[in-house]
Amino acid sequence: MSSLIALLVASVTFGTVLMYGTLGEILTEKSGNLNLGVEGIMYMGGAFGLAGAFTYEKAVGVAASNGFVAIVIAVVTAFAAGAIASLIYGFITITLRANQNVTGLALTIFGTGVGQFTGEFMRVREGGYVALSNHLKGAFTFQIFPSFLRDIPVIGRILFSHNAFFYIAIALAVAMHFFFQKTKTGMYLRSVGESPSTADAAGINITKYKYLATIIGGGISAIGGMVYITTTAGCVWNHEGLSGVGWLAVALVIFCMWRPLNAIWGSILFGALMIMYLRVRVAFIPTEIYKILPYIVTVVVLVFSSMRNNKEKQPPASLGVNYFREER
Amino acid sequence: MTNEARTPWVRLAKRDAMDPRKAWAIRLGSILIALLLGMIPVFITGNNPIAAYGTIIKGALGRPIYIKQTVKIAIPLLGCALAIAPCFKMRFWNIGAEGQITAGAIAASYFALYWYQKVPSTLLLLIMFVSAAVAGGIWGLIPAFFKAKWNTNETLFTLMMNYIIIGIVAWLQGGPWEGRKGSQIIPMFDQSARLPEVFGVHIGWIIVLVMVVLMHIYMNFTKHGYEIAVIGDSENTARYAGMNVGRIMMRTMFLSGAISGIVGFIVVSGANHTLYRGVANGVGFTSITVAWLSQLNSFAMIVISMILAILTKGASKLQTELKVPMSISSIVTGILLFCMLSSEFFINYQLIFRQKKSEEVCR
Amino acid sequence: MQNNCAIQMCSITKRFGQVVANDGINLEIRRGEILSLLGENGSGKTTLMNMLAGIYQPDEGEILADGKPIAIRSPKDAYSYGIGMIHQHYKLVDVFTAAQNIVLGLNDEKLDLKTINSKVKRICDRYSFAIAPERKIYDMSVSQKQTVEIVKVLYRGADILILDEPTAVLTPQETEKLFVVLRAMKEDGKAVVIITHKLNEVMELSDEVAVLRKGKYIGRVRTSETNPQQLTDMMVGHSVVLNIDRPEYSDPFPRLTVEDLTCVDHEGVTKLDHVSFTAMGGEILGVAGIAGSGQKELLESITGLYPVKEGSVRFFEENGCETELIGKTPMQIRRTGVGMAFVPEDRLGMGLVGSMGMTGNMMLRSWRSGKGLFLNKKSPEHLAKKVWNDLEVVTPSTSFPVRRMSGGNVQKVLVGREIASRPRILMTAYPVRGLDINTSYTIYNLLTEQKMGGVAVVFVGEDLDVMLELCDRILVLCGGKVSGIVDARNATKEQIGLMMTSVGQRRASDDE
Repeated sequence: MSSLIALLVASVTFGTVLMYGTLGEILTEKSGNLNLGVEGIMYMGGAFGLAGAFTYEKAVGVAASNGFVAIVIAVVTAFAAGAIASLIYGFITITLRANQNVTGLALTIFGTGVGQFTGEFMRVREGGYVALSNHLKGAFTFQIFPSFLRDIPVIGRILFSHNAFFYIAIALAVAMHFFFQKTKTGMYLRSVGESPSTADAAGINITKYKYLATIIGGGISAIGGMVYITTTAGCVWNHEGLSGVGWLAVALVIFCMWRPLNAIWGSILFGALMIMYLRVRVAFIPTEIYKILPYIVTVVVLVFSSMRNNKEKQPPASLGVNYFREER
Repeated sequence: MTNEARTPWVRLAKRDAMDPRKAWAIRLGSILIALLLGMIPVFITGNNPIAAYGTIIKGALGRPIYIKQTVKIAIPLLGCALAIAPCFKMRFWNIGAEGQITAGAIAASYFALYWYQKVPSTLLLLIMFVSAAVAGGIWGLIPAFFKAKWNTNETLFTLMMNYIIIGIVAWLQGGPWEGRKGSQIIPMFDQSARLPEVFGVHIGWIIVLVMVVLMHIYMNFTKHGYEIAVIGDSENTARYAGMNVGRIMMRTMFLSGAISGIVGFIVVSGANHTLYRGVANGVGFTSITVAWLSQLNSFAMIVISMILAILTKGASKLQTELKVPMSISSIVTGILLFCMLSSEFFINYQLIFRQKKSEEVCR
Repeated sequence: MQNNCAIQMCSITKRFGQVVANDGINLEIRRGEILSLLGENGSGKTTLMNMLAGIYQPDEGEILADGKPIAIRSPKDAYSYGIGMIHQHYKLVDVFTAAQNIVLGLNDEKLDLKTINSKVKRICDRYSFAIAPERKIYDMSVSQKQTVEIVKVLYRGADILILDEPTAVLTPQETEKLFVVLRAMKEDGKAVVIITHKLNEVMELSDEVAVLRKGKYIGRVRTSETNPQQLTDMMVGHSVVLNIDRPEYSDPFPRLTVEDLTCVDHEGVTKLDHVSFTAMGGEILGVAGIAGSGQKELLESITGLYPVKEGSVRFFEENGCETELIGKTPMQIRRTGVGMAFVPEDRLGMGLVGSMGMTGNMMLRSWRSGKGLFLNKKSPEHLAKKVWNDLEVVTPSTSFPVRRMSGGNVQKVLVGREIASRPRILMTAYPVRGLDINTSYTIYNLLTEQKMGGVAVVFVGEDLDVMLELCDRILVLCGGKVSGIVDARNATKEQIGLMMTSVGQRRASDDE
């Protein structure tokens, strides 16, 4: 039982990373933009988030550094990095109307390059090793609920033992659900992704919605990269561990059928698949084979989701298609 | 709304066909702009960008041995771009070349490791070649099958196939094919399983150059090439013309995977002489850039793959000499793609500025 | 009269690349009046109105609202001047409800269903519409969707309504209803513009008619002071003989027999329901019906492109041998040598390869020919040149991408290729849609020529006047069922219109 709970807790930690990536991409895709650059965006978010916190700690000194401020700085720098990366993507696809698939791939190449570059450059400049002090590391993984809640048997660890990023992600998912379903702006955004010419004829500023959704979505995805570096990777730049996460997030969007609430359990499920090889050993399966389980599951999910056929469970109708008003 | 601005100062219109020479000039210009932009990170690290390019050129072409190494980097890029070209022409977004290379490499390595005593060198290499092609082809065929059957998203599928096959190599490395126990390394190939050299570089370069010509012919003069072009334009038209879209898709992906598999064979047999999980080394992704920058033109790919190889090779020099991280090459590659994609805008659209008599002003 | 003026367009010019779509057009739109904007397809009507709706920007010229110059840079601007346009392709989000679509884009509106519903209800009551605000658009019929569009425009307080070909997809009965609504709007002092090329509607509905021809403004007349002949002259420039030549083939014979053909789409909706008929060699069989009644599925299932649930399609040779076509792929059908040519509705999306030139497109029929791996480019090139000359296609070369050609030339390439295959059955879907009158007649002549050569021609059309003059018999589809087959020589439009909406009433009197 306790090992099961431990698995669940660890799944949530990793799932949180995926959840940010997925939620950001859902927002982007709702505007009709298929941004395949999430992998690059999350790299950039990870590298810049770490760089932000690290620079802060160096500037004020370990003793004077405040955990909360460090977190805010990390979130802001990661978000900004993702937003800028998505701005490039947005400019090329929305304004210059280039192929979204290839632009997304370009962003992946560019973003992983920039993330690697930043991480490496910091390492070289600092003479070999970049890591936050234990003090700040603790801040990023701090369990925000008081111990009496955490100590409730079973439920305490499952519900209350996580770091702040998890609860923020849940709140974000709920907020996005509310935004899409209940607010006017959310409805307008959906109409842009479903049928831009309709939205345009209704007087909705397509370009503005597409840019905003893409940029904010990219920023949210980037936070996922930062969360990975600061919680799972122990505040050290680790591109190996981050590799593939962004792509899983893109796949999760399909798995969740573009619904933010589904992203919560979907992310945790995939988080479990990602770390299961560490927690649940199966004698006859070698670790390396075990590690590819999430990718195999993703493939299976892709196949099954392509077989379903329901008007309400489809991608935004104009996903991947650029809009030009004077198209004849 | 202001009253004086009666029409927006600039607006967009589709352009009629542009002179191809002018179009290529724009593309060339965009590559130059990209190379300039690519120097911003170098500048940030506190180095002189011009000196950095000097280092890159010197590091890639400065000595005959460097040139050979650069060519060695270009070979898989070119081969893989050739593999990707028909898929992209068909609008099938195969980003799984990385995995298809690895699949080919595994198959070739199997024979290199376990058959080298059984058959003579030439036959062994031939077996490795064919098995690599088949393995890569099958690895490419799997996503194509599901795409053909249920229209499963091929971008993600091909990508996931990369992680799966690389995981399998990792397992082989530490498991059944491990050399010395605990080393996590597969032993080096026997001499008979290595590609011979011509002009100091393994004959992979001859293989890919032959493939350039063959691919050019295939895409432009064969029925298969025509089918691929029609599907890329409109699947409905292809069906109307009596083409079996699913079958053509699978066939093309098998071919594409097979070429990638051959690249995998060239890499293990010609360059690395062993197999490890990083055997594809990002080639599958970089070659997408090669294919797109050359507008899927086989001959242009030779030039572009050399440019990117110079960048990669030079970047390693940049790292050792100026302490600029090697990943600068992916940044520049990304920027190159961005600029190339953006340049298509100026080829397809024109901006019309507000004027008394609306003259057509481009760019 | 002058104080009624709502919108004035002054010397408006709009170009698309080399093509001048509107050339110095002046137009006045008045309140309390229904104006018909008449012109052939491609005469620039829609383009002109799109500039009022904020879809396009004029290259030259000025738009005045109540005498003051205005700039309409977006559809939003258009609404702020009270201009609402109902486009030919409805601008509705399929997965939204009617109510959501109606309030889409309104800034000052709360998403409060009660208020929306009551406001919608008020509009519906005024013009006696019936719509369910909670219904999703994908569950609605074409005419219901149009109603939603109209309510949407009225909801936004538009008092200048522009309707682009509003009757194209409606039955005659639905059209009547729409006209009643438009008249009521006129009574309310609204300005109404309908874009159309149907003369009878112009005469029936409008107060004034403005005519465009090839992007130029020709003139404006009061409906009460004109007649169809004058309007036609204005529209086409010179007096044309409205009669389409219909020679009779001496000895029509059964060529293709369709029996109980039933098709179901991937969502389980029955698209064709036990359709049976015989197409005769040496006759043109028209297929009429409101849009989406199964025309597309009918042609595509015969050509092997659409999955068939049950039924048979048999082809008869001159010697009486028969070939079953159901269950065969398009390629297998081609190999049987029945000689089936098909001009699909979606020319660039199905019939042609837009990015290729004429030669590449000729190859679409012959690319399999010859042994071996390589393409035969010689004979398609030869054929391309022949079609280029014979049908007077305007293009710089045989390698110029057909996507960049004008609509009429695109169609000539397509029809030219299909006829060149020497078919024994020629199926065409809306072959003259979007074409100017001369090209249309070229197409009619080509079809008639084929018929006189003993080919069984199937003509899916939308303009009943043309069909009554061109075809020998007309099959009427309604909701995937055959509601009857009539002799085009003595059928009337009203009769066909009624059959388009109701099944089975005339089955007994079929001349089959």
